[in-house]
Amino acid sequence: MIIPNIQRKAKNPLVNLIGIIVAFAVLVILVRTGVVSTYISGILMTICISIIMATSLNIATGFLGQIALGHCGFMAIGAYTSALITKAMANSNILVGAGAPNFFRFLIAIIIGGALAAIFGMLVGIPALRLKGDYLAIITLGFGEIIRVVIQNLKFCGGNGLSQGAAGQALVGISRISNIYVVYWITVVCVFLMYCFVRSRYGRALMAIREDDVSSGATGLNVTYYKVLAFTFSAFFAGIAGGIFAHYIGSLSINNFTFMKSVEYVIMVVFGGMGSLTGSIVAGGILSALPEALRRFAEYRMLVYSIALIVVVIFKPTGLLGTREFSLTNVLSRFFGKGKAEIKDGGQDE
Amino acid sequence: MAVFVQQLLNGLKIGSVYALVALGYTMVYGIIKLINFAHGDFIMVGAYTLVFTIPLMVASGMPAWTAVIFAVVACVAVGVGVEKVAYKPVREKGNRMSALITAVAMSLFLENLAQVLFGASPKTVSNIFKISNITVGGVTLNGNTIITIIIGVVVMLVLQAFVQNTKMGRAMRAVSEDREASILAGIKVNQTITLTFAIGSGLAAIASLMYCAAYPQAMPTMGSMLGLKAFVAAVLGGIGIVPGAMIGGLVIGLVESLSKAYLTTLTGGVLTSAFSDAIVFGILIVVLLIKPAGILGKDVGEKV
Repeated sequence: MIIPNIQRKAKNPLVNLIGIIVAFAVLVILVRTGVVSTYISGILMTICISIIMATSLNIATGFLGQIALGHCGFMAIGAYTSALITKAMANSNILVGAGAPNFFRFLIAIIIGGALAAIFGMLVGIPALRLKGDYLAIITLGFGEIIRVVIQNLKFCGGNGLSQGAAGQALVGISRISNIYVVYWITVVCVFLMYCFVRSRYGRALMAIREDDVSSGATGLNVTYYKVLAFTFSAFFAGIAGGIFAHYIGSLSINNFTFMKSVEYVIMVVFGGMGSLTGSIVAGGILSALPEALRRFAEYRMLVYSIALIVVVIFKPTGLLGTREFSLTNVLSRFFGKGKAEIKDGGQDE
Repeated sequence: MAVFVQQLLNGLKIGSVYALVALGYTMVYGIIKLINFAHGDFIMVGAYTLVFTIPLMVASGMPAWTAVIFAVVACVAVGVGVEKVAYKPVREKGNRMSALITAVAMSLFLENLAQVLFGASPKTVSNIFKISNITVGGVTLNGNTIITIIIGVVVMLVLQAFVQNTKMGRAMRAVSEDREASILAGIKVNQTITLTFAIGSGLAAIASLMYCAAYPQAMPTMGSMLGLKAFVAAVLGGIGIVPGAMIGGLVIGLVESLSKAYLTTLTGGVLTSAFSDAIVFGILIVVLLIKPAGILGKDVGEKV
């Protein structure tokens, strides 16, 4: 079995890269031919944001095995930071203009936003991760609420922002410079980095801690270090998602980042399968596209989600994919009848 | 001074509401080790029941507060229903994380069901207590506040007596102490759990009466913040401990009311009264970090 494994490893990234490029080409063609309207590209943007949020939350919840109910707090930090940075840069006329300047302004802003979210993730994680299970869920919820209340009452985070800010108002007038091509590639890069992370020795350490933190500690893993690392990593990508969101929506109200929003991302992770990044991608995509398709039933959306969530937890607690990953290579080889079905990617069924 | 006494009483009033809700959290956590996120929403169920039943009671010549009977019935029905339908199947599979997610989902479900049924806009609750204000030594005391505090204290004392002295109360304590052993001792565990949920939900109904007497509005999301703060109270007092929830509730109520009143002056305008929620959650974080077992809790070593 060793030989096909090696072959598969060499082929896998190439197949996935081709898949990603093909998907991008389809996207470009659809936008150019006008099939994808501004409305639909908005939905695609929301899907990308959800995918980044769900996959990043999955690192803390699925791979580390700790439910975090304050993920939107980090998203808020990223969103507000990056929005204020692009505002400040626009005010002092740095990198303004369509095309490349806007792109770099956006990129710099969201990366700094992500970095600040990561710093807060670390600051929250160091004390919070001494706890686990229910208590960790509650303390992350508490931190999320505190972040929300503080941002709401900061003067430079409301109104027109910075020196013309007003506390307690929505932050308005953010340049809407996320565009779907850029966001697509950012999503790809984010998911790729997260995939590398969970496949590295760090990711394996997280899974060991998830299965049994005491015995992982006994075998020499620095449990606290890995927990905080995972939390920081997860917060970084939540910050990036927040940055994209801010520059897509154009104005930020703190009500976009409530406890209930955090719960929505938890729902995506549970649906997709805790411990499956591709599961989170699929669930994030479906659950954020579905409400648009079912606009007429908008008021029943959360009702249906909550029932579905209970049903999933009772009858299929592993979610859609469990801890397995969807693999393009496997699908292709099965499709072309090479019969390598027994090679499952990351298939540690519990 | 008069203002300070007013704020103190306001704190005790909202604190006794928190205490009753916290009791529900703490009893359920004590017995099945589950944070019942939906518990805050039971208050919402109670409040909506009051909205619709108070006019009926008044029309039939009864005092308005008797509508609490309907609220208790509705909340107990919802509480026991939630336990039977959602929590029991998950509990039997024995995964704590799934149980927590189910509880969050249940809370979402109740809130959105209320939104679909009654709409998102608040509904007004008719006047519940008709008590005039009392003046003691130059301080005017709001009648509603006094009666709320009295109800809270009485209910807590009754509950404490029930848990300590009756056979069912002892069964509840036994199950939360050691479930397996209490099965061996002939205690009907499932029945006891149902009873715990019923009592917790009933307390939430009484809390909703007290809350609506002070803030006469019912809306779908009213329970979530209230529930979270009551949960903080339960953790502060020591989760799973009945007197702890009472102390925690009163402390959180006082902190909230005093910080709303004096935070701006105390910090010289750096923090405004809008930060009082952040302070409540700050207390939660400090407690969890310093003494996760709470004020009255005993630190128990972890079994490996």
